[in-house]
Amino acid sequence: MEFFRMLPISFFVVAFGAAFGLAAVQAGLTPLESLLMSTTVFAGASQFAALDMWGTQVSVLPLVAVVFAINSRHLLMGASLYPMLKNVSPGKRYGLLLLLTDANWAVSAQEYQNGRHNLEVILGGGLVIWLAWLVGTALGVYFGGLLQNPKALGLDMVLGCFLFSMALGGRKTPRVLVAWVVAGAASLAAWKWLPPNMHVVVGALAGGAIGLFWLEPGARKTTEGEAGDGH
Amino acid sequence: MAIETTSLGILGLVAIMALVTLVTRFGGVFLMSFVRISPRIESFINTMASSVLIAIIVPMAVAGDMGALAALVATGVTMLVVRKPLAAISVGLVAAAGVRYFW
Repeated sequence: MEFFRMLPISFFVVAFGAAFGLAAVQAGLTPLESLLMSTTVFAGASQFAALDMWGTQVSVLPLVAVVFAINSRHLLMGASLYPMLKNVSPGKRYGLLLLLTDANWAVSAQEYQNGRHNLEVILGGGLVIWLAWLVGTALGVYFGGLLQNPKALGLDMVLGCFLFSMALGGRKTPRVLVAWVVAGAASLAAWKWLPPNMHVVVGALAGGAIGLFWLEPGARKTTEGEAGDGH
Repeated sequence: MAIETTSLGILGLVAIMALVTLVTRFGGVFLMSFVRISPRIESFINTMASSVLIAIIVPMAVAGDMGALAALVATGVTMLVVRKPLAAISVGLVAAAGVRYFW
């Protein structure tokens, strides 16, 4: 079941959540407020960034801008699932999107590249990650950081390694490799020279542009109805 | 405009963050429902999807320490050789921990 497939990555999510819980109470949130934020926002990087802006007052527009910029990758991730999601009812479609995160999306997107439709991993994987995020936040809030130095064990790299392995597990045609080089270069340039938190979207759109102008031979003949396996 | 971090203020701030994040989760699919999925759009979506991953990873590798770089290189090599994500991730973490311990 997809719930169990994401369990390994969930241990990392618990550790990351514990770090967030600790940082949240240190920033002045009560345990309940920290848990409420993890429950409803459910987007780690943006929650950490919000804590950086916490004080006796929080400016609303900068908060909205930062949260939107960090989470704008969801826009592209959701769009990439659209060919699968258009076949399910709107209620189910948007219900699944509530649970959209990097890890479960990466599995679903990779399987789609290989011709399989897997929305169950968004649901089962999303649920296990959400629960892990809440458990982690609670641990951090009530017991402080679990591990003194997670970096020494390499735990800060779990998500990066996971996402990289998902990328390499997909199709590697010359077109895809060119797109990756362009995406990596654009992301790096945006990271260096554009305002913070824009590099993922800039890099992804640059890579997507390669696909927009360089079609896989035979792709033109694919009709809309067959789009799901159009490779 | 700024909101005081009283109990009520914090509830408001959390609600704002949740709403903005929800817009990002729903927005991509909502906008796509107005687009006809031509082969060209399909091709754009597919290359964009794996480019998201690369765009996350490359600055991570450049900004990170030697341990981060070792983790990603080890994961990449293992993945290309054995094609098993769990094995690749494990080797990556061991590489990061090892590099940080010895160096």
